[in-house]
Amino acid sequence: MRVTIRLFARLREIAGAGELVLDVAAPATLGAVWAELASRHPQLAPYAASVSAARNLEYARMDTAVSDGDEIAFLPPVSGGACGPRPRRSE
Amino acid sequence: MPAARLALTVDPLDVVTVTTAVTESTRGATGAIVSFIGLVRGENLGRRVRFLEYEGYEPLALRAFERIEQEIHSQWVAATLGLHHRLGRLEIGEASIAIVVASPHRTEGFAACRYAIERVKQIAPIWKHEHFEGGASWIEGATADPDDEGARAEALRRSCA
Repeated sequence: MRVTIRLFARLREIAGAGELVLDVAAPATLGAVWAELASRHPQLAPYAASVSAARNLEYARMDTAVSDGDEIAFLPPVSGGACGPRPRRSE
Repeated sequence: MPAARLALTVDPLDVVTVTTAVTESTRGATGAIVSFIGLVRGENLGRRVRFLEYEGYEPLALRAFERIEQEIHSQWVAATLGLHHRLGRLEIGEASIAIVVASPHRTEGFAACRYAIERVKQIAPIWKHEHFEGGASWIEGATADPDDEGARAEALRRSCA
């Protein structure tokens, strides 16, 4: 089956494309799609532990089954941002 | 026609536009408006920042905003959220996010506004590419997981709920 993969930020830069089409053997999970992608772009592999995934515009776990025609996104950690110094407390 | 309460845009943000979008639906019930505007700082991690580029997965980001709206409604039932996030290139001092919460009283307004920005940072699929003097790097924080109850509890704690 054929799925569309969306990549963002650093993952997009590593893969050299923000959108690509991948053929994977059915049945497959998001994790299997990620593994196939990482085998083609080994520099993605270190992101395995920190990536999140979405299937058809819903966040989804890596054990979620995928279907032909799905739009799958792999998302690097989002922008976070420190909330600044802790307020000083008088004891 | 008023602007959408939840939006992503490449245009400069205007907190009055967000406020108007929120108060259109709450007129008469609102006793407090609390707003938060996040700006691009000229310094980060000891580096002089030149500009930022924000990238988002827009339809999923909008769904994340809707989820945050639902979470706020379940915690502070009378609070109404407006949230506009900017994408693309932003110069120092420009606003990247504008959050407005309308509520009957100030207490839930301040709490819900703080909760909204904490949750955006946790679960909105938006990334910033920091261009500083001498290079550029992606700023990466949390692994986005809307169902992570620990993260949600931390956002609530920071909101003094």
